[in-house]
Amino acid sequence: MYDLIIIGGGPAGMAAAVYAARKRLDTLLTANDIGGQMNWTTGIENYMGYQFIEGSDLIEKFEAQVNHFPVDQKIGQKVARITKIDSGFEVVSESGNKFQSKAVLLATGKRPRRLNVPGETELTGHGVSYCAVCDGPIFAGQKVAVIGGGNSALEAALDMVRIAEHVELVSATPLTGDTVLIEKLSNAKNLRTFLGHQTEEILGKDLVEGIVIKDLRTGEHKKLDATGVFIEIGLVPNSDMVRSLIKLNQFGEVPVNCSCETEIPGLFAAGDVTTVPEKQIVIAAGEGAKAALQAHRYLQRLAR
Amino acid sequence: MPEQKNIIIYTTPVCPWCHRAKEYLSSKGFSYTDYDVASDKEKAKEMIQKSGQMAVPVIVIGEEIIVGFNQTRIDELLAK
Repeated sequence: MYDLIIIGGGPAGMAAAVYAARKRLDTLLTANDIGGQMNWTTGIENYMGYQFIEGSDLIEKFEAQVNHFPVDQKIGQKVARITKIDSGFEVVSESGNKFQSKAVLLATGKRPRRLNVPGETELTGHGVSYCAVCDGPIFAGQKVAVIGGGNSALEAALDMVRIAEHVELVSATPLTGDTVLIEKLSNAKNLRTFLGHQTEEILGKDLVEGIVIKDLRTGEHKKLDATGVFIEIGLVPNSDMVRSLIKLNQFGEVPVNCSCETEIPGLFAAGDVTTVPEKQIVIAAGEGAKAALQAHRYLQRLAR
Repeated sequence: MPEQKNIIIYTTPVCPWCHRAKEYLSSKGFSYTDYDVASDKEKAKEMIQKSGQMAVPVIVIGEEIIVGFNQTRIDELLAK
């Protein structure tokens, strides 16, 4: 039985692993991947110590620091659920592996929100993408659609007006992203914007051929041609594995107090999966460190 | 030591996952051929035909195709 199982390989989980190891806790770090949302990030200019660093380079530095310590790692394994047992917790992976520990630190972060419309699942990777910065260049000279109205959507649209023949920007709400991005986009000749339009369906058999949108004011449907659809409508917390254990807030985030404690003693949470305001790498790393130290205090109390 | 399987990776220049996949292969001492599908249209077509995917990275190890940076799958295929 481990002292602590840390779930999540983003900045919160990796910082927690370093702090837990330095407190000599017998620790398991389990994660879908190393890096978490940093894998979707290009240039980072606000992580202290680096005026500029690529997301992938920062991940490698975090990873090297974790590997410096004796922390067991199970990477590439998805956690299905966490249950309470007499001596602590049991963490069960989707493939059925079971691990037990006295305390658990949930640092599972967030993932891109899905539209939940027909065609989306079937066509993901076949023209539907959640990473414009990755897949955008494949659609050079083609017609694409960007769904969303926040900063991620506007940045994707800005990238794509330079690469694609034509870009349709579809948002159910007014544009909520930064004014500077909206101004930059207003100069694009190959962009058409549909505000107050909801995306209802993604069309195509083997590859994406277009989308169907609905004017929320008139109810009128329109079909737009596109070979690529970039969905940038925000993020949802990866909190499903504790849904039966604790009460989540309205956004699905895990409520924590300022000591990263959840309502269940021994279950800690840190970073973007929690109710802590502001989702930033530096904040997640700090929260992860704090949660590991609090878990250490909890284990000390248990041992008394 | 057995000969290393042929590894091809299709990438785009700023894609963080692509960068991570290449770094991972290098760190394990594997050599690979990298095609930038943003600048090489023929290779982009080849990638879509081979994988049925319009997403990067696509990694071809021997006859097997991996979509995305799936570390576990890379390890499996290269351990054989």
